[in-house]
Amino acid sequence: MSHSAEDSGHVPPQEPGKQLTPAPQPILLPCGNHAVLAELPTLQAVLALYRGLSGCTPAGLLDLVPAARTVLAIFDPDRVSVETVRRWMLETPPQPAEAAHAPEVAIDVRYDGPDLAAVARLLGLSQAQVIGLHTGSRWTAAFTGFAPGFAYLVTDHERLHVPRRDTPRTKVPAGAVALGGEFSAIYPSASPGGWQLIGHTDVALWGGGSRPDGAGAALLTPGTLVRFRES
Amino acid sequence: MSAPFARVAAAGPLTLVQDLGRPGAAAMGLSPSGALDRRSLMLANRLLRNAAGAAGLEILLGGLRLDITACAWLAVTGARGLVLLNGEPCPLNTALFASAGSVLEFSAPEAGLRYYLGVSGGLAVPLLSGSASSDLLSGMGPRPLQADDVLAMHLVRTAADAATAGATTAAAGPPTVKDPPHTGQTLALRITEGPRRNMFASSAWSLLTGQEWEVSPDSNRVGTRLLGRPLARREEAGAQLPSEGMVTGALQVPPSGLPTIFLADHPVTGGYPVIAVVRRSDLDAVGQAMTGQRIRFLAPPH
Repeated sequence: MSHSAEDSGHVPPQEPGKQLTPAPQPILLPCGNHAVLAELPTLQAVLALYRGLSGCTPAGLLDLVPAARTVLAIFDPDRVSVETVRRWMLETPPQPAEAAHAPEVAIDVRYDGPDLAAVARLLGLSQAQVIGLHTGSRWTAAFTGFAPGFAYLVTDHERLHVPRRDTPRTKVPAGAVALGGEFSAIYPSASPGGWQLIGHTDVALWGGGSRPDGAGAALLTPGTLVRFRES
Repeated sequence: MSAPFARVAAAGPLTLVQDLGRPGAAAMGLSPSGALDRRSLMLANRLLRNAAGAAGLEILLGGLRLDITACAWLAVTGARGLVLLNGEPCPLNTALFASAGSVLEFSAPEAGLRYYLGVSGGLAVPLLSGSASSDLLSGMGPRPLQADDVLAMHLVRTAADAATAGATTAAAGPPTVKDPPHTGQTLALRITEGPRRNMFASSAWSLLTGQEWEVSPDSNRVGTRLLGRPLARREEAGAQLPSEGMVTGALQVPPSGLPTIFLADHPVTGGYPVIAVVRRSDLDAVGQAMTGQRIRFLAPPH
């Protein structure tokens, strides 16, 4: 189907599966003289804005920190003005997931976690179905926090949403693969934790240390795609 | 190239390797870290013609004793107190020459909390995300110094060495020294509005700026906790705030209503609302504030 240039009033038909809903406009909140906090209605909107902003950062930007409903931009006020940073955050187009060229990581998991049976019961599924859903979904690292290398992973369905444990464990081993609320995650180091443990992996989430530049120290950074494989 | 120059005879209560931290690593979950009193570390580096961000030691409350094993130029800045080189009091805020076999000892400070020790060339330490800093929140970076540790410095002998080690020639003009706060002094810290000011009762802002706060003994490199009359949240404000990114200098207010000033090792994200943010250049003094030190917040007029 082709259209001539005169067809100015023509609205192209939507491709199946794509919606032309306008991206939500972030609300910008003050955060001192060296940061701006953008608030968004959904995690998907956070990820899209984070992807867009990551693609065209101004000189003087020090850190860009996505979280559940916000993106924080920390900058050097001697190198870029707060007005410029605000305009950049408002006017940069969000980048939807399908347009992004994100790195993908495969993680081998042994599904032998102490909470696997409880999770299956909570979801009304068999243990094999829980494993099938976990390995069959494409996960995205939405944001980090809690500990270096700990990434909150989200997927595009709610079938693995489970509440956290009533009583947190005082010690969760490094490499534990867990579900909590709308997220999945891997504990990078031994720590206390309240999430449901469904398996474990030997993958190192934190490769920092002696590299001179120390770059790329965390395996999972915001935007990284993750697939779990049963091993 | 680097070479050992000292052995730790006594480490003191908490002696850490610090530079200007690791900005740019927050998305990986790493705190910014770095010297709490950045100005003092930069002064030490400037006195030694190092790059501003060369790594040095942050020495909490003295107690450090170093056996110098190879001659080196050193500079002590930050806290004010008795520092002995071979048993003789040595001047602060100037370059010192220490020959092999000498001993450098730090007494408890008379004012301030943290001495900074710079060494010509900078301390040679493996980097994590571009920084030599210890991060006490996550345990990343070098661990605190222990007795018998050996300290090494980058060797800077020629202009080419200086370029590779990131050293710069001294900037024009004399470096200025700022005395650490003394015990009885009230620190005045400039603040601006934080992202969640509207989650607090209307009285909270005037209570924040209208009282003298006191530094709690629970303070550390993560944050300075304050004691005073608590700040109330608005009743209709939602109880839950999803975790959001935190800045150094954030005044985070937990349900107790008593704010914490986030310092270099603060968590990257947090779930308590931030009512205000302290100006970055005023945080150097917070890193030197003793237990019981009084603090007043100054807000711009509206």
